[in-house]
Amino acid sequence: MITSQEQLQSVASEYKKKTAAFDAVIKICCGTGCVSSGALSVYEGLTAGLRGEGLADKVLVKKTGCHGLCERGPIVVFGQDEILYQSVGKRNIDADVASLIATVKEKKVAEQLLYKGEEKGKRYVSPYEIPFYSGQTRVVLSLNGALDPENIEEYIAEGGYGSLHKALHMSPTEIIDSIEKSGLRGRGGGGFLTGYKWRSCRQAQGNPKYVLANGDEGDPGAFMDRSLMEGNPHAILEGMAIGAFAIGSGQGYIYVRDEYPLAVHRLSLAIEKAREYGFLGKNIMGTGFDYDIDIFRGGGAFVCGESTALISSIEGKAGEPRSKYTHTVDKGLWDKPTNLNNVETWANVPHIIDKGWEWFQSTGSPRSKGTKVFSLVGKVKNTGLIEVPMGITLKEIIYDLGGGIQGDKKFKAVQTGGPSGGCIPEVYLDMPVDFDSLTKLGSMMGSGGMIVMDERSCMVDVARYFLNFLVQESCGKCTPCREGVRRMHEIVDRICRGDGCRGDVEHLEELGKAIQLSSLCGLGQSAPNPVLSTIRFFKEEYIAHIEEKRCPAGICKDLIKMQILPDLCTGCMRCAGECPVGCIEGEKKGVHVIDQSRCTKCGACYDACRFGAVKIE
Amino acid sequence: MEVNSERLHEIINKYHGSASHLLAMFQDIQREYRYVPKEAIKFVAGELNMPLAKAYEVVTFYKALSLTPRGRHTVHVCMGTACHLRGGTNILDAFERELSVGVGETTENGLFTLETVNCLGACALAPLVRVEEKDFGKTTPGGVKKIINEFSGGEPS
Repeated sequence: MITSQEQLQSVASEYKKKTAAFDAVIKICCGTGCVSSGALSVYEGLTAGLRGEGLADKVLVKKTGCHGLCERGPIVVFGQDEILYQSVGKRNIDADVASLIATVKEKKVAEQLLYKGEEKGKRYVSPYEIPFYSGQTRVVLSLNGALDPENIEEYIAEGGYGSLHKALHMSPTEIIDSIEKSGLRGRGGGGFLTGYKWRSCRQAQGNPKYVLANGDEGDPGAFMDRSLMEGNPHAILEGMAIGAFAIGSGQGYIYVRDEYPLAVHRLSLAIEKAREYGFLGKNIMGTGFDYDIDIFRGGGAFVCGESTALISSIEGKAGEPRSKYTHTVDKGLWDKPTNLNNVETWANVPHIIDKGWEWFQSTGSPRSKGTKVFSLVGKVKNTGLIEVPMGITLKEIIYDLGGGIQGDKKFKAVQTGGPSGGCIPEVYLDMPVDFDSLTKLGSMMGSGGMIVMDERSCMVDVARYFLNFLVQESCGKCTPCREGVRRMHEIVDRICRGDGCRGDVEHLEELGKAIQLSSLCGLGQSAPNPVLSTIRFFKEEYIAHIEEKRCPAGICKDLIKMQILPDLCTGCMRCAGECPVGCIEGEKKGVHVIDQSRCTKCGACYDACRFGAVKIE
Repeated sequence: MEVNSERLHEIINKYHGSASHLLAMFQDIQREYRYVPKEAIKFVAGELNMPLAKAYEVVTFYKALSLTPRGRHTVHVCMGTACHLRGGTNILDAFERELSVGVGETTENGLFTLETVNCLGACALAPLVRVEEKDFGKTTPGGVKKIINEFSGGEPS
């Protein structure tokens, strides 16, 4: 058991000594994105190659958590971020592995694996030079992609659990004071002041108290919590232990989504190791403080991200929310005082204790302090995970870090906050991103999903998408949400099918407001947001669907037709090869024709054609 | 369907027979049988001394649990926002067509169950399909047959 700062340091220095003995360190991103792109084969190929060269003992190859630039995965980084290789093994794995080994042996940088930017011919060697990384301020993500999440010594070597030791020698009120003064607000989307919540829970009557982490990241398009749980699980445990000490809790749970088996695995390992080292369990770090954490796996229900539903779920019931006439800090899990924070909030805590509230307070915008992790996805060039100071503009995020829109198409909107949020149009691109400004636009920060849409995204279809999602996910306990959202979906679906009628838009607005006012929990109260915000900013698209029976973006299948323009068709046969139903006919070098009776309007031919000969009407 | 009561006891004991771990128990049972047999629900409810309706409420509430037998492979087509924008519905259509089943159904030969999932968290690779533990990123409607063949193992799909 580790009981002092000195012991922590000695574990750290011993581990550093051990790793310094290696000639080189290679970090392979094994986050979900890179693994899906084949990172594990790169790892296997590289370790086998190094063994063949007799270098297995000289080179340390690490599997790390998500590095962020998922679009260009698998990502391989050398040393202290000196060289970054992207798309390794995508085209020719053997040649790429040989290049990795050559980089180690001859210090030869493989040009073809370097990141290529927008400027022609420019290649970036270090990740620090790539705008995607240089534009970020990484706090919570600072160790993601740097350390092996399955090795607790790596975390300790980076100063891990030092904050816990420091906190255990502060008084609980001192800790709560500094969290409150730092201005940290809940990263799960609500934006409630964390310190205030902790204080209320500490002062609440009743024993025992519970400290929970919400890892039920259900927003489609958001994966920052997953990357944190997979990439740096100890930071979450450390934050929770500090919070538990401040609040006076002896037991906690991390609620993790069922769809995240790797996160469950990594967290379980981390908990086991933390207990071994005396950071969890009885008599933590010899101070007499007892606190332990168990993992609770969700069951694939979106509503369980809502605090009271999450608590019902841990109690062994169906995950239905209850109305919040009593706060969970007073009566939460098993009717005991309970403090629930999102995993990203917890991961911020050790940094605040370590560097002080003044440091945390110095970044961010006036009423939203610190940094926020966003997952930047959709029609943007550099999809991936970013961490930026609050108050940065949408334009900076999408164009400077994200590199702009794929295929240099026209930007249409950015959707933030998942199904609870809304779509923000181009005119507001200069808006600073923080809790309050996004709410003003009828959207919200949410957990941090940012989905970029271009001219080929139909806003009515997007509204239908979210409504369909919410109809499936509504727990059904309260009528406004169960029946109202379903009714909204019926109307929007009819509009997308070309059966919309005058008055539908007004009806949707009225229904939306009623649902917002009368639903029981956050899911229902925010469910109309995607519809109301698209009506607010893209009303003309609704009108085009209703009055002209036309889908301007060419997405709604009942309103479009695919056609091949004979003048532009070269007969290259690419479209016919891609068509999943084989409804494109024509000779090689002859004009091709789509059999309209069989066409599923999937657009595969449109995407395949290099001559712009496929037209969507 | 006959259930192995010894194995069910093991699962219940793993969670110290605590009703608050009902969901976890059913998840383990599902792993064992590839669905939650109603005999198992009765057994667990009896052992935990709870009304059968309460146990059913939990099983039917969570999407991760299934009351009907599932195929050998589960195809998860991601319906996250990023996947939707990049054509996820077309991928789903292609699977429905190729496997001749709807969402939540199992093919006649018991090989595939088709499911949708509301985001797997690998949005950069949209549209994404997961079969068992394997992810297929940037899929196209035309590539669906290849994925099915990979898991058909020579049997007609």
